[in-house]
Amino acid sequence: MSDPELADLDVIILDYGAGNLRSVVRAVERVGAKPEVASVAAAMDEADVVILPGVGAAADTMHNLRELRLIEPIREYIAADRPFLGVCMGLQALMTVSEEGGEHPCLDVLEGRVVRLPEGRKIPHMGWNRVDQRRRTPLFDGIPDGSHFYFVHSYFCDMAQPEDVVAVADYGTDVTAVVERGKLAATQFHPEKSGAYGLRIYRNFLLEHSGNGVSR
Amino acid sequence: MLTKRIIACFDVDAGRVVKGISFVELRDAGDPVELAALYDHEGIDELVFLDITASHEDRNTVVDMVRHTADRVFIPFTVGGGLRSDDDMRLMLESGADKITINTAAVERPELISEGAHRFGSQCIVVAIDARTEADGSMQVYTHGGRRPTGMDAVAWAQEVVERGAGEIMLTSMNTDGHQDGYDLSLTRAVSDAVSVPVIASGGAGNAQHMIDAITDGNADAVLAASIFHFGTHPIMDVKRQMQAAGIPIRMEHADYDDVL
Repeated sequence: MSDPELADLDVIILDYGAGNLRSVVRAVERVGAKPEVASVAAAMDEADVVILPGVGAAADTMHNLRELRLIEPIREYIAADRPFLGVCMGLQALMTVSEEGGEHPCLDVLEGRVVRLPEGRKIPHMGWNRVDQRRRTPLFDGIPDGSHFYFVHSYFCDMAQPEDVVAVADYGTDVTAVVERGKLAATQFHPEKSGAYGLRIYRNFLLEHSGNGVSR
Repeated sequence: MLTKRIIACFDVDAGRVVKGISFVELRDAGDPVELAALYDHEGIDELVFLDITASHEDRNTVVDMVRHTADRVFIPFTVGGGLRSDDDMRLMLESGADKITINTAAVERPELISEGAHRFGSQCIVVAIDARTEADGSMQVYTHGGRRPTGMDAVAWAQEVVERGAGEIMLTSMNTDGHQDGYDLSLTRAVSDAVSVPVIASGGAGNAQHMIDAITDGNADAVLAASIFHFGTHPIMDVKRQMQAAGIPIRMEHADYDDVL
């Protein structure tokens, strides 16, 4: 079932060369939206929702965002409290700094560091992990607490403001799984690879911000 | 808690699934995309497609299959068979595969692993290792579908591929493959304990107990099977229930897309 109101939503998926772009596009389409893939900042002007996907390394991501002159526009978009969804590297890129492969300054929208997962377990943290919801938010509508989502990462977000963490997964430490602050949400796992409940995350986020229009 | 993954593998020849698929409910039981969607619906955690023809002319067929799978299946899937360059890898990843797997090509030119890992990230580079426990107890790596011995030790090679950037190892025992008599537990344990990345046990699954053993005794992070799922004798959720009853963390939800959306 797809929601007709989502078809009219202006959803921008930022393309900065991330490998999983197609999966994210297909997931957003599957829930009934018609996303547009864009790599220019101007595309965000009229957007109802902006999605930042991503896999790979923080340094490459920041390099590509810089080359495309997207860093300031993304920061301004989020500062204006407009709907923004980050996925995996799209979450980590929002942090102050990433320790992956050296010290790499990131977008500094969310305060905290991206640090290596603790030793003692297989790295990358790869597979379906149980996600414990600390707060019920509209993002989890129809998703039972403790449902599993698909993770692939070696670094995680050590949040300076833990109240923004709305869900965690246990992997030797409480791994930040979902962050929400205002109209910003971001997941460490890949909703586009997490079956029906994963798609439900996209649907919930888009529905929550449909009809809101853009504050301009 | 991170669950142990149950992975189904399809051998694909010229765009058709081969090797014992007997699903009566499917209109086209040889269509990899139909099968992938069915397995997703039935609760599989991950899928692997191995293109066993892997001829050059076949490449477009595989790309089509990957695209159509990505359109319908929202769980991770890996594609392998005949990938020899980072451009081959890129084609599969851009078409929608989450990971690629290389085997013989990695042995022949180990730099391929690092090139792929550097360009696309370690998380999508799965190195497949075919190994045989020899009469003297040594564990030797084979290539070319298990036909050609390399003289390399399986554990040493596993450590090397991880050093070069592999994010995961798919380990198949040539001794047990095809016999449905259980995985090679000592091989699996030796490799899994020697590397920092997840190891998928493959070759020999005949029932749920074999998978339980591969995880508890073999220290595998994931188990791969083909025939026992394809013949329909072991429904995926039955296997998962038995594994869960044995104390293994398993993802039990397999929600229907239409119900949830």
